[in-house]
Amino acid sequence: MIVAASATVSAEYSPPGPQSFELPPVFSLGGLEVTKPMLQLVLAALLVFGFLWLAARRESLVPGRLQFAGESAYGFVRNGLGRDIIGSHDFQKFVPYLVALFFFILLNNLFASIPFIQFPTFSRASMAYALAGLSWVIYNAVGMWRHGPIGYLKLQCVPSGVSPFMYPLLVPLEFFSNIIVRPVTLALRLFANMFAGHLLLMLFATGGLYLITEYGGAIGVVSGVAAWILAILISFLELLVQFLQAYVFTLLNAMYIQGALAEEH
Amino acid sequence: MGGSLNMIGYGLAAIGPGIGIGLIFAAYINGVARQPEAQSRLQSIAILGFALAEALAIIGIALAFVLTGESTQ
Repeated sequence: MIVAASATVSAEYSPPGPQSFELPPVFSLGGLEVTKPMLQLVLAALLVFGFLWLAARRESLVPGRLQFAGESAYGFVRNGLGRDIIGSHDFQKFVPYLVALFFFILLNNLFASIPFIQFPTFSRASMAYALAGLSWVIYNAVGMWRHGPIGYLKLQCVPSGVSPFMYPLLVPLEFFSNIIVRPVTLALRLFANMFAGHLLLMLFATGGLYLITEYGGAIGVVSGVAAWILAILISFLELLVQFLQAYVFTLLNAMYIQGALAEEH
Repeated sequence: MGGSLNMIGYGLAAIGPGIGIGLIFAAYINGVARQPEAQSRLQSIAILGFALAEALAIIGIALAFVLTGESTQ
């Protein structure tokens, strides 16, 4: 229920909402309407691949600047997320997936702060859910490959050290929490962070403009300028949130893979 | 006074994560104060806990905007 406030100024301020995220298609490709977030996904994939491939092209023992940057970036995910979370025994199979995932999500998030693009790709929920679906397939497939389907479900749904009387209560709950809810929260966390951050930025930017131009007067100009200063400060906060969400998505992926590979107690 | 019931719901929903994040970082600060060498190891756990607790508040604000019951078309 929304109660509209009546205004005594010339034009109403319409605050940004979910409708502001529905961008018109850029062009049509054989019946498929290509929108800006779709182009951003492809651009991010090309850029991540290009950067890492260029960094690895001339592998010299004493690295140049680009190779050093690529190796630092790769090493950050490989060591901090792969080796430390999955364990030194089987982490190497998953490093390509984790590295690609981290930099893909990071670049797509950073698109919200890059001028002329300024739209976080994962504020479109479907894209976050697609990534979470891929993650779900991977950690379940890894678990079933290691333990067999029944053994894997037993590992995920039957907690150890619990008397069998609690099983009718705990097993459906664990199944729901580990198999059904995990991809939803994974996607929702990324989507909602990007959505809320971009919405906040749009609110301060358009609100400041409205206050300065339409509302007018001393109050309007002062509060409008304050809104714009807040918009700048929130942009910096959004940079932090973008890094954090990419890191947490990849970290949780690594933890789910590690949980699927874990040995029986 | 105008507004939306969704925003009251979001305000209530943000109490829990606010307290939770405060507890997480209180524990992190305590841990680092007792043993400064553990700072980098505790930091990744603190960041993970922060993101998990923050997710609930963020889901609240996002769904408060999305689930208005009005159609956008």
